[in-house]
Amino acid sequence: MSMVLAVAKNRLMNLKRDRAAFVLAFVLPVAFFTIFASIFAGGGRATTRKISVAIVDEDGSDASRRFVAGLKAEAGLSVGLKPGREDDPSGPLYTAAQAERAVRKGEVPVALVIPKGFGEHPLSFGPAADRPKLALLADTADPIAPQVLNGLIQKVAMTSMPAAMARSGAAEVEKWSGGLTPEQKERLDASIAAIDKGEPSGAAAAASAGGGAGLIAVQTRDVLGETKKNPTVTFYAAGLGVMFLLFSAAGAGGALIEEAESGTLDRILATRVSMTKLLLGKLVYLACVGIAQLTLMFVWGAVFFGLELWSHIPGFVIMTVATALVSSAFGLMLASVCHSRMQLVALSNLSILLMSALGGSLFPRFLMSEKMQKVGLVTLNAWALDGFQKIFWRDEPVWSIWPQVTVLTALALAFFLIARRFARRWEAA
Amino acid sequence: MTASAPPLEIRNLSKSFGERRALDGVSLDLAPGEILGLLGPNGAGKTTLVRSVAGRVEPESGTLRILGFDVGDDRARAVRGWVPQEIALYPLLSPKENLWTFGRYQGLDGAALEAGIRSSLDWIDLADRADDKTDKLSGGMKRRLNIAAGTIHGPRVLLLDEPTVGVDPQSRERIYAMIGELKARGVSLVYTTHYMEEAERLCDRIAIIDHGRIIASGTKDELVKKTVGTRQAVALDAAAPIPATLAEKLGRLGAVVEGTQVRISVEDPAGEIRRLLDLFHAENVPVRDLTLKTATLEQVFLQLTGRELRE
Repeated sequence: MSMVLAVAKNRLMNLKRDRAAFVLAFVLPVAFFTIFASIFAGGGRATTRKISVAIVDEDGSDASRRFVAGLKAEAGLSVGLKPGREDDPSGPLYTAAQAERAVRKGEVPVALVIPKGFGEHPLSFGPAADRPKLALLADTADPIAPQVLNGLIQKVAMTSMPAAMARSGAAEVEKWSGGLTPEQKERLDASIAAIDKGEPSGAAAAASAGGGAGLIAVQTRDVLGETKKNPTVTFYAAGLGVMFLLFSAAGAGGALIEEAESGTLDRILATRVSMTKLLLGKLVYLACVGIAQLTLMFVWGAVFFGLELWSHIPGFVIMTVATALVSSAFGLMLASVCHSRMQLVALSNLSILLMSALGGSLFPRFLMSEKMQKVGLVTLNAWALDGFQKIFWRDEPVWSIWPQVTVLTALALAFFLIARRFARRWEAA
Repeated sequence: MTASAPPLEIRNLSKSFGERRALDGVSLDLAPGEILGLLGPNGAGKTTLVRSVAGRVEPESGTLRILGFDVGDDRARAVRGWVPQEIALYPLLSPKENLWTFGRYQGLDGAALEAGIRSSLDWIDLADRADDKTDKLSGGMKRRLNIAAGTIHGPRVLLLDEPTVGVDPQSRERIYAMIGELKARGVSLVYTTHYMEEAERLCDRIAIIDHGRIIASGTKDELVKKTVGTRQAVALDAAAPIPATLAEKLGRLGAVVEGTQVRISVEDPAGEIRRLLDLFHAENVPVRDLTLKTATLEQVFLQLTGRELRE
């Protein structure tokens, strides 16, 4: 038993000496717990994210305005009526086409178009065939947003439009009961007028209690996924692809540390190869490996999971080259900063998992709170994934990925320059 | 490259690492086709000097020229070869691939590179293992490949840093033969070693470095004559611990005492050995063994540095 304890103590002594392993063992799990808790639980408070919705009021009636105001008052929604600044009084309102474009571009996950004639028959307890339907334009990459909005539409119908609901109820009663007496009709009208003025009324309370979905007819249209065979596969191919690219680049970048330890690096630098040429050579190699990895991933996705690669080749090539380049430069930077393989393993695990969590490789950014989505933009994963999403999910033209390509290229350059700066320690002493 | 420029010209080279003075005004020349042995105890500055010539250490002052070119100059890199002490090779690559790598890094390509690889493999007797993994080779084979990786481009000046460390006697002979072939090709060599017999056997000239300075240089005979003169070496082994009083007296005679071992160089063996034995007798310390040798390079080294080469 004492020998067993001696072995255990020896390992403990080693752990204390090896700071990198120490970090891995204790700091890493706590760091990750904190990050994931922030992403999923909104910084420790059990708040859910606000869903952004673009609303187009084509009707412009009292009822539709009241309905929009009701939606605006919902805490779970962030309603936008204008493509520009919301607080600009002279700014133009969304048109249906603009709202659909906003969904396609990923500016909002969902849009709502209130059609003409909505105010005349805003809701009905009867069959939906003859009443104007709200058009809910959804980006089903976010499966939650359209459902939440649909639920809130029904709720707002009951709380913001009690008068309309009462009228509709009365019409049904009149239709099926064979008509009201003039006296009954007069009392009903007075009651509905009171509801309109905001006075409490028995009819409204009764309607609320009745509740139920489908008071307002809503037709949901998946504006992005309706033509896709397998919508989620794009996200996973890009998300996991980028994460593993980073892991493999960091691992392969570690060859630099091995060369330094074995004396091979010294020998190389005494030949006609300078440090800059050496690093550039390694960057080219790592980038080629990265391109091959991502290509394999997407071809595999295309062959077995219906990923639409063949119709997006130019965008795929540009995004793949930019992503492979930035991942490779990142790997080189890590290797040049670290003094041993062990340090590299600790630092790369920490930074890559962190970036992957924040940047949306493990969990889609569009499902995170707005704040976390913004935080995610500090990671290269977020920019790479946004670019791939634009090409594969939003079917945007190739030129539209210029911000992503610019940021990734600038990051690649910055990482390379940092790597070059740290590599000075291996140059002549 | 100027026709008259010496293969290697070092003038007043100095370098410190923090407080430690690694090189303190070193000046050295290397003649064409010459093998210069660089001897010195650990920490004397040998490695710093060799690494300076290899361009891996930047001196603070002084000049360092290879065939007239500054060491950092690409033309100097092209004519310089460096065989580091470590087996600085890619273990997973084959000998052929390692040679391709370092040949390419030295600017060879095409037919010249192919020819360089072929002749190097023949030269180091590894043609039949050309495609094996390097880490599967024996220690001696790796050492030979290490040398070939530093010479594939046909350097005019070659730095060999302890190329026979950890090598069996048979492989060592093979390496000596390779060095002889390099010399025959007209390559000028700087050879650092811990083995005196190696230095005596291979080197045309020897420079002894200590505390960052060249404290003597010349042929073996010149060094012996200059330092030990006609003196001979006496080695004595006491059969009991040497008391401090005796050690102090021995020190005054110029002897080096280590445990029960005493070494001293003497001009008049008969008289001085008697004096030595009298001292032991007076202190009542029995003597187990006593030998008398003619002067060796080891003795020169000991005389100059007060230390053994392996300290």
